[in-house]
Amino acid sequence: MSEAPAAPRAASADGSTGDGIALLLTPPVPRAGWRVLPARVIAMCAVELQKLRHDRTELYTRAVQPALWLLIFGQTFTRIRAIPTGGVPYIDYLAPGIIAQSAMFIAIFYGIQIIWERDAGILNKLLVTPTPRSALITGKAFAAGVKSLVQAVVVIVIAALLGVALTWNPLKLLGVALAVVLASVFFSCLSMTIAGIVLSRDRLMGFGQAITMPLFFGSNALYPVSVMPGWLQAVSKVNPLSYQVDALRGLLLGTPAHLAADFAVLTVAAAAGITAASALLGRLAR
Amino acid sequence: MTSDKPDGSGTGGTPDVAGTAETPSRSGAPAGAPVASEGPGGFEGGPAGPAEGAPGAVGASSVAADRVSVEAVSCTGLAHAFGETRAVDGLDLAVREGEVFGLLGPNGAGKTTAIRCITTLLPVPAGMVRVFGHDAAKERMAVRRLLGYVPQQLSADSALTGRENVALFARVFDVPRRERAARVTQALAAVGLADAADRLAGTYSGGMVRRLELAQALVSAPRLLILDEPTIGLDPIARTGVWEHINAVRAATGMTVLVTTHYMDEADQYCDRVGLMHRGRVRALGTPTALRHGLAERRGADRLPTLEDVFRDVAGSGLDDHSGGGFRDVRSTRRTARRVG
Ligand SMILES: Nc1ncnc2c1ncn2[C@@H]1O[C@H](COP(=O)(O)OP(=O)(O)O)[C@@H](O)[C@H]1O
Ligand SMILES: [Mg+2]
Repeated sequence: MSEAPAAPRAASADGSTGDGIALLLTPPVPRAGWRVLPARVIAMCAVELQKLRHDRTELYTRAVQPALWLLIFGQTFTRIRAIPTGGVPYIDYLAPGIIAQSAMFIAIFYGIQIIWERDAGILNKLLVTPTPRSALITGKAFAAGVKSLVQAVVVIVIAALLGVALTWNPLKLLGVALAVVLASVFFSCLSMTIAGIVLSRDRLMGFGQAITMPLFFGSNALYPVSVMPGWLQAVSKVNPLSYQVDALRGLLLGTPAHLAADFAVLTVAAAAGITAASALLGRLAR
Repeated sequence: MTSDKPDGSGTGGTPDVAGTAETPSRSGAPAGAPVASEGPGGFEGGPAGPAEGAPGAVGASSVAADRVSVEAVSCTGLAHAFGETRAVDGLDLAVREGEVFGLLGPNGAGKTTAIRCITTLLPVPAGMVRVFGHDAAKERMAVRRLLGYVPQQLSADSALTGRENVALFARVFDVPRRERAARVTQALAAVGLADAADRLAGTYSGGMVRRLELAQALVSAPRLLILDEPTIGLDPIARTGVWEHINAVRAATGMTVLVTTHYMDEADQYCDRVGLMHRGRVRALGTPTALRHGLAERRGADRLPTLEDVFRDVAGSGLDDHSGGGFRDVRSTRRTARRVG
């Protein structure tokens, strides 16, 4: 409907803006139905990749911590042999856990970016585009996933350089990518949900710091579930990070894993996260 | 989505009192200035803007004509409160297609809140808002497709280049890929940023960021461009630059422009019609010339009053203690000023 009256608008053109504005006279034809969501996801992911291209410092600074974990914690505990890993060297056992952890850190702090975008008016502007809130959140969540994925690649390379025997089977690596993206969708939505509740960068920062370590230590990233006390096992059972680590270990190291259950949990968690964050986005718009 | 039939009569925003249908061009004759006390009193119902090429003297009869008479924006009894603060309190407004309409008022008058209701950012708790006939509360997607919006803050993403900033909006407005690069280039050229397009927006000056935002809004060929304080915090030269680009783009595309500002002089110079807003309501409406001559007639002053004089006249005594907008506004204005540098 909206396109109909567009044609006569060119009438009063006086050329004062230079030669070409011809394209700016016709509104684009709207995408409809199911094609909106993937288009928005691609748009947000493209932005994230462009930002990474312009400024890689975060990529490098965020590589320091996982490198230290692998180098110091990994090598030391490999020597001590204190943790039952089912036969693999501890540093190998640890690597998927650290990959998952560094991806989770990126995703958890993604909500801060949302608050920054809100304060800067960027979010408001996106909300005045033909983008349903759920599509905007999904786009942002997958953008966080892309960012995490790039980080995961860096950590995988570090691990490989430290001699961890990882798979190079492309199909399994694709599974790794999927697990990282799904988990990041969940964690970034968790963070955007908290952002929608606390509405301030400082408070979100506090929350982020308060939950990352419990999520990390309350998972199987550092040690198997079997050595945990009962209450921690319960925490690990409801912690999506554990399912991500389980999947990454199974795929990267070939250790026994529950891939179907892992991916099912991660998918459900991601969907739940998107729902919750979309519902709270309105609070950020106010 | 498909309310094609223009809804000129149902909104109550078109009382059609004025017989002298003044064209929204700047020539506006010094007709008797209707200073309405309760919203738009006697000024509505003129034909659509110059883009339609409507002949000069058309009265109420043209309202029946198809589409021509659909108002770009019509608000009826719009109200929005934040807790106790009644930011918008019974706003009546009608923006005609093709005109540059200025919503004026001091900080805290409720301009931004009204804009946020029109742009679907805020719900419409009371009253009715229509954009080209589409209900802003119910047909949000349809309304958004018609809008280009530049918020009060400088809102370009400083971590992206100018081109990437515009490309994002091309993407989210479904510009097909084969057209995207060309469209983005044209939008950047239209605001004079062709040379700076591949620099990070973080390196832009305040005026350049504003023009970049204009390009972001233009890339989807909106029928209605909404600018919230486009020149706030800019130096005089940058302000003129922004306005010149708004005007050039408007002349070339014939789009309707709804702009808010608290700089009365700018409104006088660049707006076809203005609505003077105070405490959540439009207190006077008309062409700047008409409003100023109207006041001159009533006052019998020797010199032609400024738009600011008109504003003081309609806002009455409460102006000085109520304006200022409170802490929140000061803070966000400061933030903008800081980003402008
Ligand atoms: N999000 C908000 N929460 C609470 N109060 C608000 C909010 N936005 C605006 N206000 C208040 O509403 C009034 C109108 O504000 P606003 O619409 O921003 O005015 P203007 O844009 O004309 O300066 C002010 O008193 C302001 O403090
Ligand atoms: Mg404002």
